[in-house]
Amino acid sequence: MSDHAATSMTGDHAVDIDKHVRIYITVFVALMVLTVVTVTVSRFHLPVPMAVSVALLIAIIKGSLVACYFMHLISEKKLIYAVLALTAAFFVALMVLPVVTVHDGFWIH
Amino acid sequence: MEIPYTVEVRRDTGLTNGKIGIWLFLASEVMLFGALFASYILIRTGAPTWPRGDTMLNVPLATVNTIVLISSSVTMVMAWASLMRRRFETYRIYMGLTILCGLAFLVIKYFEYSAHFHEGALPSTNNFLAIYFTLTGLHGLHVAGGMAVNAYFWGPGAKLYKTNPVWFTNRVEHAGLFWHFVDLVWIFLFPTLYLL
Repeated sequence: MSDHAATSMTGDHAVDIDKHVRIYITVFVALMVLTVVTVTVSRFHLPVPMAVSVALLIAIIKGSLVACYFMHLISEKKLIYAVLALTAAFFVALMVLPVVTVHDGFWIH
Repeated sequence: MEIPYTVEVRRDTGLTNGKIGIWLFLASEVMLFGALFASYILIRTGAPTWPRGDTMLNVPLATVNTIVLISSSVTMVMAWASLMRRRFETYRIYMGLTILCGLAFLVIKYFEYSAHFHEGALPSTNNFLAIYFTLTGLHGLHVAGGMAVNAYFWGPGAKLYKTNPVWFTNRVEHAGLFWHFVDLVWIFLFPTLYLL
């Protein structure tokens, strides 16, 4: 334990954390700007398909920023990527399910 | 008996057990919210008419809540960074701010909910309100749960820092992963329910 505590206090590590903190602040600003953009765009009352596309695109960008930088997914171990790849596949299946249901008889024709 | 792999990484996974544990839990959470999002799509596409969120919900309050929750994610990650720098007092401040932001979020949500109830807008009123209350209610419970964990690490759980600072830092990182996930869910809920 003490070895780890010692290594995480070395100079290199401190510099690394400083770099992380600068990224966190940048991401925070980006998230705030994108929140304002998404609310502003909604006031234009775009046609529904267009509005959904824009809102989803902004949400995906914001979500990716949180996942990549705050949750450190930009530099994670392979096993976590594997777990998330499996989760993503099942998630996509879940989202496709209602779309398929709406297209009545999609599988039959 | 000591809990294994709290600080040192397992050779086979390359991770501490806590880290893989929290990610597996988050994977199950993705499916939980995913099922409700799929239900939302199904209900909305099947409905003859669907109200725009801003005609029934309070967008300015929800925008403030979005800002509050994003800010809490930043203070959470700064709390972890403070521990990495071995600055315990700074950690305490950032973690305290994270808890306060969570509280602010729930208070604002309470005002939103009470305004709906006052107007007679209940989950049983229509499908829009049913899915709105289900999704935001489940999300609110997650905020409350995250706050409870964060409060533990701010208060009694922080004793671990004195005996094993690396383990404590890891635990705060894992609590942070959950907290960021709760923020991430809101990032999708906000436009879906309020703006479309």
